[in-house]
Amino acid sequence: MDKLGIVFALTGAVLAALMSGVGSAKGVGMGGEAAAGVITEDPSKFGKVLILQLLPGTQGIYGLLIAFITLSQIGVLGGDSNMSLAKGLLYLAACLPMAIVGYGSAIAQARASVASISVVAKKPEQFGKAMIFPAMVETYAILALLISILAITGIGGINI
Amino acid sequence: MAVLKMQRICICALKKDRKHILELLQRCGVIELNDVLQEDGVFRKTDVFAAVNGFEKNIALGKSALEILEVYSKEEKSKLSVLNGREEVPAQEYDEFQIRHDEMVHASKHVYDLEKKIAEGKAEILKQKTQIEVLSPWVTLDIPLLFKGTKETAAFIGVLPGEWTLERIYGQLADLDPVNVDIISTSVEQTCIFVLCTKEKESSVSDELRAAGFSYPSIAGSKSPAEMIRDLENHMAVTEKSIQEAMDEIRKYAARREEFKFFTDYETMRLEKYGVLSGLLQSNSVFVLTGYIPQEEAEGLAEKLNERFTLHIEFEDPDEEEDVPVKLKNNGFSAPLIGTVESFSLPGKNEVDPTMVMSLFYYVLFGLMLSDAGYGLIMTAGCGWALIRYKDRLEDSMRNALKMFLFCGISTVFWGVMFGSYFGDLVDIVSETFFGQKVTIPALWFLPINEPMRMLVFSMALGCIHLLTGLGMKLYQCYKQKDFKGMLYDVIFWDLLLISCILMLLSMEVFVNTVNLSFILPSSVSRVAGVVALISAAGITATNGRESKNPFKRFLKGLYALYGITGYLSDVISYSRLLALGLATGVICSVINKMAAMTAGIPLGAVVFTVIVVAGHALNIAINALGAYVHATRLQYVEFFGKFYEGGGRKFNPFGVHTKYYKFKETMKNG
Repeated sequence: MDKLGIVFALTGAVLAALMSGVGSAKGVGMGGEAAAGVITEDPSKFGKVLILQLLPGTQGIYGLLIAFITLSQIGVLGGDSNMSLAKGLLYLAACLPMAIVGYGSAIAQARASVASISVVAKKPEQFGKAMIFPAMVETYAILALLISILAITGIGGINI
Repeated sequence: MAVLKMQRICICALKKDRKHILELLQRCGVIELNDVLQEDGVFRKTDVFAAVNGFEKNIALGKSALEILEVYSKEEKSKLSVLNGREEVPAQEYDEFQIRHDEMVHASKHVYDLEKKIAEGKAEILKQKTQIEVLSPWVTLDIPLLFKGTKETAAFIGVLPGEWTLERIYGQLADLDPVNVDIISTSVEQTCIFVLCTKEKESSVSDELRAAGFSYPSIAGSKSPAEMIRDLENHMAVTEKSIQEAMDEIRKYAARREEFKFFTDYETMRLEKYGVLSGLLQSNSVFVLTGYIPQEEAEGLAEKLNERFTLHIEFEDPDEEEDVPVKLKNNGFSAPLIGTVESFSLPGKNEVDPTMVMSLFYYVLFGLMLSDAGYGLIMTAGCGWALIRYKDRLEDSMRNALKMFLFCGISTVFWGVMFGSYFGDLVDIVSETFFGQKVTIPALWFLPINEPMRMLVFSMALGCIHLLTGLGMKLYQCYKQKDFKGMLYDVIFWDLLLISCILMLLSMEVFVNTVNLSFILPSSVSRVAGVVALISAAGITATNGRESKNPFKRFLKGLYALYGITGYLSDVISYSRLLALGLATGVICSVINKMAAMTAGIPLGAVVFTVIVVAGHALNIAINALGAYVHATRLQYVEFFGKFYEGGGRKFNPFGVHTKYYKFKETMKNG
């Protein structure tokens, strides 16, 4: 049983990258579909809709970030990978905010992005405002990222 | 940093100078026209519908000519042509173009007609090709398809569906001798036949053939099929030649591409001028023009006009209630962000221009989020190079964008040095993998990845400063509007409440331990801060609902306003994105570097290493610069502007030159 700690810790790291990545992939895909529609009408809007399409992509990066920090903390990338079961479970729990909020917020943000892309299609001069709506959703991904980072870096110091 | 003061301008001049005055005003581009005066018995507006219609048609013609030229002879553009702005054209050249104007209309039409000819020719060729295809099974028949027989005989030339053998056809016509059948050609779909019979049997043969599904060919002619094909082929060659000629002729026009561009611009300018003309009040010999002009341009324009024409100009300050257009002016450091303010909203009545203060925070926040010295250096160098190399050619919008990223880049370098990030940990990795000895450039301040809590506290502290600055802007604005009650109730109370809350937090042991601060405020400070907080909270409750008369309602509204403190809490937490985005850049950097380092052992390791590093960092810089840009803008729009700025001003939209290819500009003092 003692060997299971690292298993759970790695599961956490993988989940963070996996779920956020899937969410972002779906989100950027949704944005891409809407953006492609705009381009058929007016190719000159490419730059603007591309930015809006990319906005839900950040969750995937945050997921990667958490996964990477976890991997380097638990010693998978070299170092000592021995840890107690409790510690492994702690790492798993610490990764969950990013995994779950990352997935959900990427898709919610993509919906806002799609709506903003249609704003740009009709009123390109309102790009500045349109960009803010998806960015509002991202706040929650950032909060989850924050908690995950603080938790993961904190776990190292706990002695169990 | 200012909203430019506008003045109303009224020009009264002779009609004979009308064209030249309007053209001068258009090139100056400093007046926004508004026709407030009414028509009366003497002054009337002119109908310019026909002329405007003509210009629109010519613009469309010019554009389609340019598009056609692009199809047949592509314009060569370098990758950096976007940096090369429009060419400036002196007024003289514009005037001289008038002589060539009609010729250009003609030329545009000609290009358009040539294109039409090519399209028609291509359609013709297609038609002829189909005809040849239909004729090709008949090519061995040496009499015309229309041949119906001689005096004594009747002939049937046509097709039977499906594949028929000679015996089968003879079998079909067995009782009707004498009859002669020839199969011209046969395929799976159809069999082409020639049947000859005596005249008296004509109708019965016809019936039998019809029963077998016989039909006449869809094409007919008085010449033999082979001859017809030859004719068609000759015709095709002629058409093809004329297409080729038309194409060559179009290509000849390609050398005159610039003239077509000039023509389009010329007509665009005239269109705008006539739009203005339609709003002018004119009598038999004079016209009157009214509008807004920034005060600083007024004198220069008056001088210029008086020098050249006989006219009367009046300037006056606009009334309080008037909807005056807004134009912002800032120094070179802040000017690049005018566009960002504009895309939120221009300052409304009595509001201050936030650009200057915002730009300072904008650059700092952007730099913090990207926070890598290497990336910052690339941005700074790239933008700096473009700014110097294309100094005189850059369009204003492009120059502003470049300047913005130049300043953002400088700030990024600064924070990168503070946090010890040079392409992430590239220096460590390279020195360790290739030189066997690890060299680290130490952070000037601290490494956020090692001390995330410290970075978080710093981010939020910066957020507090940003928010308090926003409140400070509100204080200034209230002062300018002489709303002294507002200064105390809406700003000072809030300031006191926020600052005392922060002081209380800093004197709490739990908080100080959590965030690892090295100092703690004595409890006496906490006690004073607590009292101040209570007083200001009471003040907010008592005053922030002051627009309601009902005291109970007023109290409830005040309480609700006090609840707004949660808004400040979420605003401050929102600045944690500085930490998150900063870490994102750094961690992805180290992922890339680590991946690259893994290749060091394989043959050609250094090459693969370089490829991974270059491609990876290029991708990272793009993604994270985008993130920094979006979130820096968000922090300004939502957190900062939310404290004091409403906007709602109307943009100053001067009568000017809005062309695509050339610049026609009269240099103004500030233009």
